Amino acid sequence: MSEKKPERREFLFTASYAVGAVGVGAVVWPLIDQMNPDASVKALASTEVDISSVQPGKTITVLWRGKPVFIKRRTPEEIEEARAVKMEDLKDPEKDEDRAKNPEWLVMIGVCTHLGCVPLNDKGDYNGWFCPCHGSHYDTSGRIRKGPAPLNMEVPKYEFVNSNTIKIG
Amino acid sequence: MKNFLKISYLIVLLLTGTYPANSAEKVELLKTDWSFKSLFGKFDRGSLQRGYQVYTEICASCHSMKYVSYRNLAEPGGPEFTEEQVQAIAGNFEVTDGPNGDGEMFIRPAKLSDKFVMPFENVKAAQAANGGAYPPDMSVLAKARSGGVDYIYSVLLGYEDPPSGVILDDGVYYNKYMYGNNIKMAKPLSDDLIKYSDGTVASEEQMAKDVTTFLMWAAEPHLEARHKMGFKAILYLIILTILVYYSMKKIWSRIEPEV
Amino acid sequence: MSDQVYVPKSKFGKWFNDRLPLLTLASHLTDYPTPKNLNYWWTFGGILTFCLITQIVTGLTLAMHYIAHADLAFESVEHIMRDVNYGWLIRYIHANGASMFFLAVYIHIFRSLFYGSYKSPREIIWIIGIIIYLLMMASAFMGYVLPWGQMSFWGATVITNLFSAIPLVGEGIVNWLWGGYSVDNPTLTRFFTLHYLLPFLILGLVVLHIWALHIPGNNNPIGIDVKKPSKDTVPFHPYIVIKDVFALLMFIIVFAFFVFYSPNILGHADNYIEANPMVTPTHIVPEWYLLPFYAILRSVPDKLMGVVAMLSAILILAALPWLDTSKIRSAVFRPLYKQFYWILVVDVLILGYVGAMPAEGLYLLIARVATAYYFIHFLIILPILGFKEKTIPLPLSITDPVLGGFPNTKIVKKKESLD
Repeated sequence: MSEKKPERREFLFTASYAVGAVGVGAVVWPLIDQMNPDASVKALASTEVDISSVQPGKTITVLWRGKPVFIKRRTPEEIEEARAVKMEDLKDPEKDEDRAKNPEWLVMIGVCTHLGCVPLNDKGDYNGWFCPCHGSHYDTSGRIRKGPAPLNMEVPKYEFVNSNTIKIG
Repeated sequence: MKNFLKISYLIVLLLTGTYPANSAEKVELLKTDWSFKSLFGKFDRGSLQRGYQVYTEICASCHSMKYVSYRNLAEPGGPEFTEEQVQAIAGNFEVTDGPNGDGEMFIRPAKLSDKFVMPFENVKAAQAANGGAYPPDMSVLAKARSGGVDYIYSVLLGYEDPPSGVILDDGVYYNKYMYGNNIKMAKPLSDDLIKYSDGTVASEEQMAKDVTTFLMWAAEPHLEARHKMGFKAILYLIILTILVYYSMKKIWSRIEPEV
Repeated sequence: MSDQVYVPKSKFGKWFNDRLPLLTLASHLTDYPTPKNLNYWWTFGGILTFCLITQIVTGLTLAMHYIAHADLAFESVEHIMRDVNYGWLIRYIHANGASMFFLAVYIHIFRSLFYGSYKSPREIIWIIGIIIYLLMMASAFMGYVLPWGQMSFWGATVITNLFSAIPLVGEGIVNWLWGGYSVDNPTLTRFFTLHYLLPFLILGLVVLHIWALHIPGNNNPIGIDVKKPSKDTVPFHPYIVIKDVFALLMFIIVFAFFVFYSPNILGHADNYIEANPMVTPTHIVPEWYLLPFYAILRSVPDKLMGVVAMLSAILILAALPWLDTSKIRSAVFRPLYKQFYWILVVDVLILGYVGAMPAEGLYLLIARVATAYYFIHFLIILPILGFKEKTIPLPLSITDPVLGGFPNTKIVKKKESLD
């Protein structure tokens, strides 16, 4: 008698397994997702910085989402140096005009794109930044010029709330 | 199988039935039709928004709500104010932040990510300002009283003159539903105490209902998500159980006519 | 255990199995001959394994967000409930999971009591089970302290104060448990540590519990010894597995109703008030699963004797295989025991009920009678019953019908001598 309806039996088992697997997947997701940034972390996404006291040529470092953000007030020479670089000399070609909307202010996440160390100010072969961990050199626009890092330092989303305040995020 | 089900059912019934044990001596609480109680229950958006208005204009002068953030007011499943509305709400409050570059604390307007600003610095300050009684934090109040929302609703509407023979101390009021009937909070609500921005008539019952709904949401902000997910989960489980039941029948039919 | 030696088919399988016989173990578990007449009360072993794993997994994820500090614990729980992705779901599963775990373990224990599963040759399985149960209670109690609500704090205070009943050293032990002169931050951090540890001890004991079970094999509703493998048995997989899964799903449906539709009904409202060492809640009760023992504790007017009575109520179970003198396992064939069994069930339910009531007046009287009966059942009724009871003849095997309905004393005698 069991020979009669082998298809239905197989269908029943396959369906049970399939439906069961969907359920297991649905249960696993919350257990994984609980490790993602939670609602309170996501809510802290923006921070406002007072830049009125930064002198030309100086950099301040602020914390945004647990990472350092460099805010540099560049001198005309530094801007000129950054803009004079030819695109073909760059590992990760990007115009300085695109990185710093207001050329006087360079805002970028101060994390080396190699393995996440914080590069040092005013160091390295290109008068920009130098990462002490594995020797990556960045120029005055924060672009990678030499060393193992693959990309330029990341520019976060930011805006000038007024002439003295930058809102990051 | 039947026997098994019957007994399991009885056990579950016993567990849940006898549990809220000390309810015998209490007065019957006032009931109203809560929109969030049933299996598909959701909060009444309008009621939540009005409830926030009652909370912020009446309760918040004494009661903190320290686990709720301004951003929550805009989140789905809550009062769902628009982001701009909540920005404006938060902007009305001041929080102390810092230290700044000079090492000093400073005052700034509240942001979405800030928790509700507390009316008092700490419990002691709250007690000192309220005749020694601490106005409880309202974040989870709706879950922190047995009787829950019905109890809170009843207490809000339960003020009456003390029965003859009951003498109350100064600053103590008689409430029919409060445990022990003595309450240090003066009757908070009365008809038309506030003017609802959506034009609803601010009767005492309406305000009590709205603010209690708001408190329930504050205590259980994911209630709607929970109800929605629960329905899906149980529907899924029933389907899988039926499939497994027939699979089991099939498998056991190899050796036994019945399981 | 299975008689034939398992040999893996593939060459690599054989190579691996010679070095670590995991495949032999898997084969043993799938082929494990199980009495085919096991009813649904036997599915609670699998359900309990599910409960333990659920508690461990949800507990691990909660521990990633929870902060074991007196000033931050309550807040961190609210953070889990409000901000952590699916935090409310995980916490409600964990909190209600404890209740479901105990519900299942009580059914499991009372199934053993009914079918005599604790009797020879299964005494060690039973005793390991009692130890697991004790660890479960300790673990659940300490877990309940972690949210640092009013019931957490005062529950911890009352339960740890039980140790002060010990003469001479009691006070010192209590201070040692607290790490201070009251329940405070040091108590919370150590409870968290132990709450994290105990489930893994339970897991280890569960392995031993199952190992010990696989030596004599499962008891069954008829309570007779079963030849394995034979026509009375079926392989564990797929027959028992599918039945366990079916029962588990029904259990999960009940579980889901609690989690999604009344997640706080088994808890106390007071635990949503942050711990306050200056105010005790007016009505302090333990979680429902500890109520019968709480009733026993309160029914004895002497502090030390109350604690002793409460502990004895649990430890007496460990002596059960020797207190029950009857050779017949299943209550199906013990008409008198069956009645006393149900009286005991009612007695424990009554103890649970009065445990939730104020310890005064009529409730106290009922608690005392029920406590006395609890001990009488184990210490007097069971030993005597074994000698006095006239039992119903046992069938020869599961497959054979029950001897045509007339008593065949010869076969029963033969059966008993086998036991």
